[in-house]
Amino acid sequence: MLITLLAVPLSCALLSGLAPWRRATGWLGVASSLGVLIGGVVLATGVVGRHAASGFHGVLRADALSAFMVIVIGVIALLATLQGIRYLDAEIAQGRSTRRHAALYATLVQGFLATMLLAVLAANLGVMWVAVEATTIVTTFLVGHRNTRTSLEASWKYIVICSVGIALAFLGTVLVYLAALHVPGHGAHALDWTSLVAQMHHLNPGVMRLAFALIVLGYGTKVGLAPMHSWLPDAHSQAPAPVSALMSGVLLTVAFYAILRFKVIADGALGAAFPRTLLVVVSLLSLVIAASLLLSQRDYKRMLAYHSVEHMGLIALGAAAGSTLAIAAVLLHILGHGIAKGVLFLTSGEILLVEGTSEIEHVPALLSRRPVLGGIFAFGLVALLGFPPFSLFVSELNMLRAEFQVGLGWAAVLSLVCMAVIFGAVMTHGRHMLLGPRGTAAPVMTPALVAVPLIGGLVGCAFIGVSAWPLQTLLHAAAHVVAR
Amino acid sequence: MTSSTYASLLGLGAAVVLLCAVMTLWRRSVGAIVKVLAVQGVALAGVALSIGIDHHDATLAVVAVLVLAAKGVVVPTLITRVVRHDPASRETQPLVNVPASLVAAGALIFLAFAASRSVTALAPTATGRLIPYGVAAMLVGFFALATRRKAVSQIVGILLVDNGIALVAFLATAGVPLIVELGASLDVLLAVVVLQVLATQMRLRLGSLDLDQLSELRD
Repeated sequence: MLITLLAVPLSCALLSGLAPWRRATGWLGVASSLGVLIGGVVLATGVVGRHAASGFHGVLRADALSAFMVIVIGVIALLATLQGIRYLDAEIAQGRSTRRHAALYATLVQGFLATMLLAVLAANLGVMWVAVEATTIVTTFLVGHRNTRTSLEASWKYIVICSVGIALAFLGTVLVYLAALHVPGHGAHALDWTSLVAQMHHLNPGVMRLAFALIVLGYGTKVGLAPMHSWLPDAHSQAPAPVSALMSGVLLTVAFYAILRFKVIADGALGAAFPRTLLVVVSLLSLVIAASLLLSQRDYKRMLAYHSVEHMGLIALGAAAGSTLAIAAVLLHILGHGIAKGVLFLTSGEILLVEGTSEIEHVPALLSRRPVLGGIFAFGLVALLGFPPFSLFVSELNMLRAEFQVGLGWAAVLSLVCMAVIFGAVMTHGRHMLLGPRGTAAPVMTPALVAVPLIGGLVGCAFIGVSAWPLQTLLHAAAHVVAR
Repeated sequence: MTSSTYASLLGLGAAVVLLCAVMTLWRRSVGAIVKVLAVQGVALAGVALSIGIDHHDATLAVVAVLVLAAKGVVVPTLITRVVRHDPASRETQPLVNVPASLVAAGALIFLAFAASRSVTALAPTATGRLIPYGVAAMLVGFFALATRRKAVSQIVGILLVDNGIALVAFLATAGVPLIVELGASLDVLLAVVVLQVLATQMRLRLGSLDLDQLSELRD
């Protein structure tokens, strides 16, 4: 089962690379994403309330948390691959890309999905590291796919900063392994998450403290948490829109998933206080940086990128609280933010395509000039700012509640202040982009292939915000994996 | 192998790794720096091989051969290819001058010994005592990354960080499990290939490998 799940995007990657890009290649990618999503749902029904699934000689393992992440990957991949067809069509039509180059894009996107799946399905924390590092390598070419001077700069910065960050995470992993080897009776699988959890109370606290700090700093680089976030606005604004959607919507949270796995072990070895303090510090730092830099943004893709830094900060603060309520809210936020941010990046890609600029100043009055596109962008922003009925409202509220319950009320209040500043900044930018007089031109409609998936995404985001079904049991089971 | 030979071999290997890291700050010619990097890769392989022989661990010996091939031969060749077509990047232009860099390296080595106390306390063996050397090599790599503005120098910085961590892994845990080791080595190799491709594109587009020319993205 687990190996099949990995084989789907891998075989699609091979197939897509065989011939120059055609629309059929695009639909193959969509089918692969759908396969991943269905696989995730099947996996989730299989592991909730039962034993974790394991596969490929114990290298792969899936519990409720992994299954939930597979679903998140599948949902956003579905949106991104659907939009990818539109992106490549336009690139080829405008002569910016050849069909060969487009086939490379399709292959890399499928490879990107496969590496993310491996990261959330790995039983061994070292293999998880290998997978997360591999996501960097695959996405570097995707960031630079448009082959401009700025995208080259962004991809260079991306791979250099992320390689260094992830190297720190490797050192952290080695130290965890060292601590595990010094516990009597360890097996050959000392880096397996289950065996680490089984002996977590015996791990040397001094080494674990250093290790967890390196893990948070290292994987935090890939999450886009301050102080190692500086690559994020560049990479996310320069990448093609479907890639930005995948990177901002899921890749960040796949890296955060790694931190969650280590947090369980660190909590066991060190008690809750040290991991909590560390996460609160990086979280508040990220929130403050996001708030101060969002105010002066002139580029709407960069605005969205900094918004991701904010949301990662919120997720880190929720994880710092660490109760079952908090983790369930964190996971719901991971899904809700993924959908809303994915939809917004895809919409911004369409805006860039039809308007030809990514500067906020030069795309006014979208609601009257392009009602459908403007409407999706408006609702996306509303979702991202945490208004009901979208699920981000519920998850933010529950994270705040959980933070007050465990005595992190002061941090919650600080996060609210940052959120208020960001709210103001995004509203100002959004108002400029959305409202205003149309002028003389007639309103332009948006193709259904573009609009329908995006509207579907927003409806889904609202649905999981108001209905406990179908996620309730899965979220509960997944939260219990982290909060023990 | 007697235990004293073993200890001195390991000490020699670890010292060479650290010394090579410092030498990359000292030498200005990129050709020389790449040679130093290759020597560092060989020393790293030597450390892995000594531990493998001492522990009677055949896997680690295989890993040592892989490290030798990857870090001693393939990676230096790849970097040489980047500079071959770009005469301007045969000299590094550090933001911090060489004497100051060396002083900073000294400070970083002290920092490494202080920071790895909790780790050496857990592994007070001949190998465990050498862990700070790896940490120091890693910190020197960070320093090189932060103060060099040429594409090639940044690749070298990343590799220094990586080699330092690899040394820590060999000394602390006699290497990570084989599957992780293979995956990690493959990742590093691929990352260098990606960096090489990017550097080639940079040269074609900008005519040089000077990162200061790439500064359009800012807030």
